[in-house]
Parts: sequence; structure tokens; C-alpha cells
Amino acid sequence: MQRYSLANLLRHALNRHTTWAPAWRRPPLKDRYQVIVIGAGGHGLATAYYLAKEHGIRDVAVLESGWLGGGNIARNTITIRSNYMRDASIPFYVKSVALYEAMTRELNFNTMHTRRGMIDVIQSWGMMRDRRRRQHIMDLHGATYRQLTLPDLRRRVPALTGGGADARLPILGAFLHPEAATNRHDAVAWGYARAIDAMGGEIHQRPPVTQLLRGADGRIAGVETPRGTVRAPKVVVAVSGHTTSLTETVGLRLPLRSMNLTAFVSEPVRPLIDVIVNCPDAGVYLSQSDKGELVIGGPPDPGQSYRRDIKQGVFEETVAALLSLFPAFKRLKLLRQWGGHLDIAPDASPIQDETDVPGLFVTAGWWGGYKAIPAGGLTLAHLVATGQPHPLMEHFTLRRFRHLDYQMETGTTTAR
Amino acid sequence: MLLIPCPFCGPRDESEFICGGPVRPPRPDPAQTSDADWTDWLIQAPNPVGPVQEHWWHARGCGVWLTLWRDTRSHEIVAGASDDG
Repeated sequence: MQRYSLANLLRHALNRHTTWAPAWRRPPLKDRYQVIVIGAGGHGLATAYYLAKEHGIRDVAVLESGWLGGGNIARNTITIRSNYMRDASIPFYVKSVALYEAMTRELNFNTMHTRRGMIDVIQSWGMMRDRRRRQHIMDLHGATYRQLTLPDLRRRVPALTGGGADARLPILGAFLHPEAATNRHDAVAWGYARAIDAMGGEIHQRPPVTQLLRGADGRIAGVETPRGTVRAPKVVVAVSGHTTSLTETVGLRLPLRSMNLTAFVSEPVRPLIDVIVNCPDAGVYLSQSDKGELVIGGPPDPGQSYRRDIKQGVFEETVAALLSLFPAFKRLKLLRQWGGHLDIAPDASPIQDETDVPGLFVTAGWWGGYKAIPAGGLTLAHLVATGQPHPLMEHFTLRRFRHLDYQMETGTTTAR
Repeated sequence: MLLIPCPFCGPRDESEFICGGPVRPPRPDPAQTSDADWTDWLIQAPNPVGPVQEHWWHARGCGVWLTLWRDTRSHEIVAGASDDG
């Protein structure tokens, strides 16, 4: 792998930047691999990366139906944080935040990680109690969460002029989560792809997997693609909202429903908000990108959905919530919107396990899975390589549903 | 935005309704069924790429629960097997 450094930049500049090697190869698709990862999204790429790095499994093909970095890794709000609720969840997300912080150096690829912090703006006493409880649980697991006074809040977020004493929902308090960050989603995809390629793994764009193949012994045998059958003793499904569509091709049902979660951005404006602001009572969250656009997210569409656009009703609700707290934003023009499919389990917690089809692994149910990418890949690679769940993920196997041992997670902004 | 046919109020705007999720198979008697089948009924829901039968509640209207078939790819209400729920 050619390293990215100042010396290399100068060297290639002398050749007018015509001598850079491609960051990854485009090898022909073989008919057999040790592991197939379906989906070159964040979780698929991170899994292939840690399979090679931690476990020496390099004969891996990552199959992507679209293009690299074009799926859900580009369809989120790049929020990285660990302010969750459950004892089982928080250590996982603390690990994920730490891995993200080290990613630029580890992958030699600038992910533009900006530790800007996140402020939760609280407008109901029920939510206030929830956040105080969360603060104590987070204290136990090494995540930071502290209460801000109202003058502090108004000073940190000057644009937040709504929610006064005469508002329908006056602001009661706020909590700061300093570890929260944003980074560049493309860089995460490209950085992982380059590192996987350097270690011998293969990334294949555009062959969609149409069907999983099961052998006569019941084990997974491989996958079917328009470019032919590819065989492998281990197959990882990391396809977010389309998990059930794929697993049903081998008769496997999973407790997942697919939803569409949307976001939209405003025109770029001058630096205005330097933290991520989350308003769970109003039902909106936002941050300002490095370009100056306000990135705004709201609740999911009602009902299951495989559409990737925003519903008018959801959009209006989110904008109304936004304007109730940031009335000045009324003058902003909105530029574009997007949606991403995600699947949700009955307890809103992820599922990462080997399924009833031996050799077939799923990582699914990620509601806000962007923040979980590095740790999700680390734990899944461990499971695939050793057959045992990683300690950080042992509470999130399919086994928990057998005894309805739910990990009810309320740590997600909009999973209401 | 959907225009949902309410049996009492006629076609009404989606904002008057709350989605009650997909229609599941009939509820088994927990005393008569195995633990595995019972948990299976509790946790599994249809998740098709295409028409799905759903419960909707006319919460900001007459309060009736109705079912309809909606295509998850387009959000369009489509004709389905049975619309009485």
C-alpha cells in the first residue's frame, strides 16, 4: 500500500499527480473464497478489515450491489457517540468511539474525525429522568455525560433561541456528551477498502447477490450473482434493510422489520453550531457540516418502507420541530434529502450472530449503525473467525429472542 | 402522503392516522402451543419488499382500526386479499 504522507504528496506533485497508484485493485471474481461478505457498507468493510488484520483471514470477497460508499454509509447523519442506556450497549459503543478516534492513523487515511460533542436538549420531566439515569449508567462504563445549566446551553448554542418559558415545551435542561463526533463517511469506506485490498482482500462492486446457496448438509454453500456462483464455507450478510430479503432465500426468518430513516440538509451558511444538537422531545437532531450545511434528521417513516426518499408528513413534522427551537432557521433553504433502509428488531438492539444455517452470519438491526461500524466489524470478525461471540456483542445474539431476553434500547434519537 | 380510506369517514389524510404495524398471523393460544412457536409468533413479522397488510388507527378521527395493503417500495395503497380486519 502506498502511504499517504507529505513526502509522497510532494514526490507525486513533481509528476503532476499522474503516478498515484489506484487505492484498490479490481480483480476478477473468483468462484471460491474462504469468506464472502455481502455488502460493502461500513459494517461489511469493517468486518473484512478485522478478519484480515486480527485473524489473518485474507481470502475474503466483499460483494457490493451498488458502488463503494454509495449505500447506507452515505445515507446517515455521521453521528458518532456512546450515550446509550443499557449496560450491554454502552461498552460496545465506547469501544466504537475509541476505534473511530484512532482510525485516521490506523488506516493512514484522513477520516476528518471532529470531536465536537453532542448536546441533548431536554423538554420534558420524563426525558430528564431518563437522561439522569443514563448519566449514572454511562458513568459506570467510561462514557461521559454531564448536565449543563440553561445559561451554559444558550451560550454553547446561540442559535437555539426557542424553547423559552412561554413555549409549549420549555427547555428544562441539557446534557453534554463530549466524546460525540462527526467524520467523513466516504473516507471511512475508502480507507477500509484500501486497507483490505492491501492485506489481500477483494472488493467487488456491482455484482448484486441474488440468492444464498445452501448445501445438501444444510450449511451455507455460497451465493448466486449475475456473474456466476461464488462458493464459500462462511457467508456474512451485512446489507442493512435488505437482510430478510436475502435470508429468506434459504428459508431463514429473522425478527426484523425494514424502515426508512431520512435526513435533509440546508444551504451552507457561516459557522453557527459547533456541536451536534439533539432534541429528543421535539423529535429532531442537527449538526453543521464542515461545508456549512445544517444536517437535520427526524423520525422514521410510519410503517415498513423500502423507499429512500422523505415522506412529506415526516418532513413537515421535522421542520416544525426544528423551527420551534431554532426559529431563525425559517429563512434557510433546504438543498437535498435522503433516506436509508435499516432494519429493526423488536427490542431496537442489533443482532449479530451465526444463524440457524451453519456458516451464515448476520449483522443487522443497526438503528443508527454508522457509529457502530468499527466495533461492529471487530466483533463480527471475531465471531466469524472463532465461532464465539465477541464479549462486547454476547448480549446481542439471536439466542436472546428464544427467552424474550430483550435488550430494550432507548439510546437512539428517533426510535420512538 | 397517503389518502387512507376510512370505512366511516371516507378518504382521509394520513396525518390523522397512526400506523399499527403489519398484520401477523392469528394469535395462537400460549397454553396450547410450544414455547418456540409462541416466541416465534411474538417476534416475527412479515417484512416483504412489496405489498404488506397493515393495521392503521384513525386516532385523530373516528378512532376505528382498519387494515389495508400498502406497497413498501412505493408507499401506494394497493388492492389486497382482505381489507376487513
